[in-house]
Order: sequence, then C-alpha cells, then structure tokens
Amino acid sequence: MQIIEPLTLSGNLAIAYAVKQLDVDVVAAYPITPQTTMVEKISEYISKGELKANLLLVESEHSAISACLSAAASGARVFTSSSSQGLLLMHEILFITSALRFPVVMAIANRAVSAPINIWNDHGDIMPQRDTGWIQLFVESAQEAYDKVIQAYRIAEDDKVRLPIMINIDGIVLSHTYEPVYPISDSDVASFSPWNLYSPRLDPDNPITIGAFCYPDYYFETRYQSLKALNDSLPIISNVDKEFGELSGRSYGIVSPFKCDDADIILISMGSISMTVRAAVKKLREKGEKVGMLSLKLFRPFPSKELIRYIKNAKAIGIIDRAFSPGAVAGPVFTEVTSALYLSKMDIPSVDFFLGLGGRDVKMEDIKDIFNILKRIVKTGLIERHSYYIGLRG
Amino acid sequence: MPFKSINDIIVKQDFFSPGHGLCAGCGAAQIARIVMKVVGKDSIIINSTGCLEVSTTTYPWTAWKVPYIHVAFENAAAVASGIRSAYDALIMKKKLNKDVNVVVLAGDGGTADIGLQALSGAFERGDRITYICYDNEAYMNTGIQRSGATPYGAWTTTSPSGQRTFKKDLMGIAIAHRVKYAATASIAYLLDAANKVEKAISMNGPSFIHWLQPCTIGWRFDPKLTVKLSRLAVKTGLWPLYEYYDGAVKLTVQVPKRAPVLEYLKLQGRFRHIINNKNELVKIQSYADELAAKFGLGPVSE
Ligand SMILES: Cc1ncc(C[n+]2csc(CCOP(=O)(O)OP(=O)(O)O)c2C)c(N)n1
Ligand SMILES: [Mg+2]
Repeated sequence: MQIIEPLTLSGNLAIAYAVKQLDVDVVAAYPITPQTTMVEKISEYISKGELKANLLLVESEHSAISACLSAAASGARVFTSSSSQGLLLMHEILFITSALRFPVVMAIANRAVSAPINIWNDHGDIMPQRDTGWIQLFVESAQEAYDKVIQAYRIAEDDKVRLPIMINIDGIVLSHTYEPVYPISDSDVASFSPWNLYSPRLDPDNPITIGAFCYPDYYFETRYQSLKALNDSLPIISNVDKEFGELSGRSYGIVSPFKCDDADIILISMGSISMTVRAAVKKLREKGEKVGMLSLKLFRPFPSKELIRYIKNAKAIGIIDRAFSPGAVAGPVFTEVTSALYLSKMDIPSVDFFLGLGGRDVKMEDIKDIFNILKRIVKTGLIERHSYYIGLRG
Repeated sequence: MPFKSINDIIVKQDFFSPGHGLCAGCGAAQIARIVMKVVGKDSIIINSTGCLEVSTTTYPWTAWKVPYIHVAFENAAAVASGIRSAYDALIMKKKLNKDVNVVVLAGDGGTADIGLQALSGAFERGDRITYICYDNEAYMNTGIQRSGATPYGAWTTTSPSGQRTFKKDLMGIAIAHRVKYAATASIAYLLDAANKVEKAISMNGPSFIHWLQPCTIGWRFDPKLTVKLSRLAVKTGLWPLYEYYDGAVKLTVQVPKRAPVLEYLKLQGRFRHIINNKNELVKIQSYADELAAKFGLGPVSE
C-alpha cells in the first residue's frame, strides 16, 4: 500500500472523497441539512472533471432514490445521501430497492425528525427504516465513514449480496466535524472495490421484466429471498471489513467491544456516542470498576451471535437508544439486544437509556450516571425501571 | 423516416405480446402495441403502477419483449431519468456503447396527479426521455376513482354525481416546461400517433405524448366501440390532435365539421346521468367549442 498524507475532512467530505475515488457513475440527491456539504463537494468534483459522473439534481428525495434504483438497474454505480425528512420521504422506495436487489449506496447524516423541526442529531430518521431490507452500518468517525463507503460498494455489488447499503453518520457531530482522514490510494480503491457490469440489468440484448405483479402464489417466496440475502450478507460484511484491515490497517468489526472480557457491566451504543462511552469506560477502569462497552457497527442484519459472545458474562447491560419507538415494549436497539439475549436463553438484567434526542448534548457525566444505575442493579439485584430518559426535564 | 401508411406500421415487429390480462377492448393494450412497434428493440420501458402494469406483468409471465421496469406509482419520470442518466454516464465512460430509447408508459393518475412532481422535475432538467401518458380519465386499477384528468360531468366511484371540474391541461403543463416535443394522440388515428411516437423518441430532450385511452369498464361502453369513441373524441373537438415543436403548436388532424359532444357522451354509461340535462350538455359543448377555437377546428354540424 502507498503511504498517503492525511487529509483534514469532515464526515461529509470524507464520504464525498471516497465517492470520487470509487468512480461512481450517477449521483442523484436533494439537499437537506446536515447532508448538504456532501453533495456540494461531489458537485464540485464533477464540475472540475475530477469525477466523471452524472449528477441528477432531482426535485425530491423520493425521486433521488427512484433514480438511483433505476440507474443501478441499468448497471451504473450510484450514490445518494439524505437525512431526516428526506429519508422519510424515500421510505416507500427503500423497500423496493432492496426487494429488487439493486446495490444502491446511500450515506445518511442522521438527524431528528419533525415535529418539532430540528436539524440536530439522533437516530429518529434511521429507525423507521429498520425493516426496509437494507444493510445498515453505523460509524464513529470521519475516517470510519470513508472506509465504510469503500467497503459498501464491494459488499453491495457482490453477486451473493446485491443489496442496497446505508452508511449512517451522526449528523453535525460527524458530518460537520473535521478530523484527519487517511485515504487509501485511488488504485487501492479501484482494486479493493472494482466496478463490474453486472447482470441481470436493463439490457435490450437480454430483456427482463423488473418489478412484476405477484399473486399470493409467489409473493412469500420473493420476499423470503430478499430476507435470506440480507441475513446471508453478514459474514460477507465481516470479511470485507477484515480484508480492508489487511489493506489499510483499519478494521472495525461488525461489533466493536471494549473491555468486555471481564466486565460486570456493559453499555451498548451505536454511532459517535460510542466514543464518549469508550472514554467513560477508560476513566472508570482507572478507578478499578469492572465496566465495558460495545459499539454496534452493523444494525441490519443484526449481529446477534457476535454480540452475545461479548456480553454473555455481564451481570447488567445498558442499552442506549437515540430514538423512540412510540408505544413499543422498549426502544429499538434495546428490543434487538434483549431479543438476542432471550434467544440465547440468557436472562441478564437490561435497562434502556434514552438520550441525546434532537442533538441534546450527552456529557461524560451522563454516561457515568448510567453506569451508576447499572452498578446499583448489580449490587441489589433489583431493577427499579426498565427505561430511563437521561437529562429529560420536567 | 415518417410512416406513410398503416401498413408501414403493421409490418413492424411486435415487442408487446398478446396473452396479457387487459380487458377486451382496452385502449391501453392498443397503445402499448403501437408504441412498441415504433420504438423497437433497443428501448427500455418504464411503467407506473396501474392497469397496464398489473395486467401485463403477472409473475411468472410478462407481455414485454424489451427490458421493462415498474417501481411505484408516482415516480415513473424519476425512474426514467435514472436510466437515462446511467446510460449517458456509462456511454461517456466507455463502459457501454449502445444507446437506448427511454420510454415511459403511465396512467393519467400516475401523470397528472401523484406523479406530476417527478414529471415536472424530469421536464425541467431537460432529460432525454419520452413520456407517454395513456389517459383513461380515472384511477381504473383501483376501481374507477376520479383523477385530475377526469372530464367534467363524468361519473366515477368517487364522483358519483359527476365530476365538477374540467380536465387538467397536461399538454399545457408540458409545453410550459419548454419540452422538446409534445403531442396528443388517438388510437383512431394510428398513422398520426405512430409518427408522433417516432418524432418523440428522436428528440434531444424530453418529449411528451398525451394519448386518450377509452376504458370499457370505467367509461361503461361495449368493447367494440373503443376505436369509435376514440374517433368521436377527436371529431367532437374534445380531443384535438396537435403537436408542439420548436415553440409552435400545430394541428395534425383537421376536423372540418365537428360532431356535437352528445354523440360522444351518449355512448358512455359514465355520462348517462347528464345526457338529458341541458345545462350540463351546454357546459361540455362550450368546453369543446373553446378547444376548437383554440386549435382552429371547424364548426359543429348537426
Ligand atoms: C403511493 C400509492 N398510492 C396509491 C396507490 C394505489 N394505486 C395503484 S394504481 C392506482 C391508480 C392508477 O391510476 P392511473 O395512473 O390513472 O392508471 P390506470 O390504472 O387508470 O391505468 C392507485 C390509486 C399506489 N399503488 N401507490
Ligand atoms: Mg387512469
């Protein structure tokens, strides 16, 4: 591998840089804060001729995803990105993209959903997309966002996968924070994630009908195939991450445990907040407390087995949810984790912590408070409440 | 090369097969067949959700011998733009070498109502696609509900006492976007229609065809009358055949002597409740007269 100097990039710009190196053919997008600078940068690359691609400036996110789907169906390598209301507007077509098995790659600068309107970060936009059949990755830094975009094309375009992928970066926190990012060379990108003209596609020499009408006699099987493809993609996602590690020295895993081996208490988180949690764990470990944390890098397909491996010996588990699932048993991440525990016949006291909605600051002290609550549970064996709303006033 | 006779069209290869599930006498099948004969093999068809889509693609069968894609109801234009954009990019980057015609077939609901925004976007960007709206004047696939293209007075299940507004002017909307080419078409005037499709696909930008499609079930008429009704729509002045190109609108089929609108309305069950209502008839007749004046058609002769 060539040694390349680091660039100072925000999460959005790191993604744009990867998109340029990946020689994407079609970009269709619509502006929404905090995703905008990503597409602005790509526009600049295209207008300067640094990226040879068509930029389709559509009139809505619904059209952005529709055009990406069909451009991918024509054999092009495509990219789109969105946030919040824009992602919600795409919702209908997200299901169709995965069911028709087109390798669309989308970066999402996660942002709270209306109402009230709010441009800051939480996971309220992505959680309603849980069941759309896409592979869903979460990252903690601009570097990781860059690395994951390169991996995403390799995974999505793999004949055994052929599924769309969402790369989630926390809006503002990651999308707009500048960090040193170590790119890999253009030629390394090209050989790691090479473009191939795949089939079947919309090709007059091999005509096929895409998006047919299905009676009950075939619908079930068709949906099952997409479900199976998503479940079967897990080892491929994991291997691509490992291979990327061999190339770049950076590998993240599909779950990223920290100090879990002997931990009594483990806090599970997703996205940039994991950095704060990791820092809190370090501090508490210095004081001799047996705490650990685990950052979920992959949310769909959900890595149950890998997760259980690291948390099975804990005496209490905390789960951070950055979105509500109104009226549900608990928050979306909590529900996944506890289902995984149940299926592994494990009864570990677990508590759901809602925090950081609409960009509400989460401080180290908040994380320490969470660990204190969990510590009490370990000590007393009593769970007072299954959910806490950290920092909620009134 | 324009088609000179119907025979020039008939001899062309079919890319829309028989055996689909559209109704006997369905005008959409006739439109699809003619369009496919003209656009030929190197074309990609985009279809919005609706009668044509559900009846021609019942898995594991398909009536389409060219690449065909249906994604959803309201996004046919965006899907077409994506394909256009992909082919242009892949050809520019020498990853592909053969170009295609990108042709949309969408219903009036998918065009005038829920799909209008995506269509406006594609027109405004100047995307090189041909968008053909087969207009059966209601949401037929879901059981005859009114659309923005339902004509004044027509019964539908959601306008049980008759539609209270006049049809949305789709051609006017297309022309306002300065598309390269726009035309109306009728299955009773095949030569005119086929030549319009041929022109549309040859444009270096967006083209639009608005094609009236009699629907036996929704309009309530005997299937043998499909072509006759198509002709009467033109003869009454309710469906003038014209085209827009290079900033100018030109009538393509003159009607020297117009038939009164009643001749057209009385053959359709959807107008049954108004054919004895003088006020309503006057309203529809003056709407036809207005169109006739605008496009230079002849006077009504009883
Ligand atoms: C977003 C969305 N809303 C509603 C529907 C239900 N729907 C399917 S087809 C259709 C009507 C289609 O009407 P039109 O475009 O005129 O085509 P036609 O069936 O008349 O040929 C409707 C309302 C849908 N599929 N998707
Ligand atoms: Mg209709």
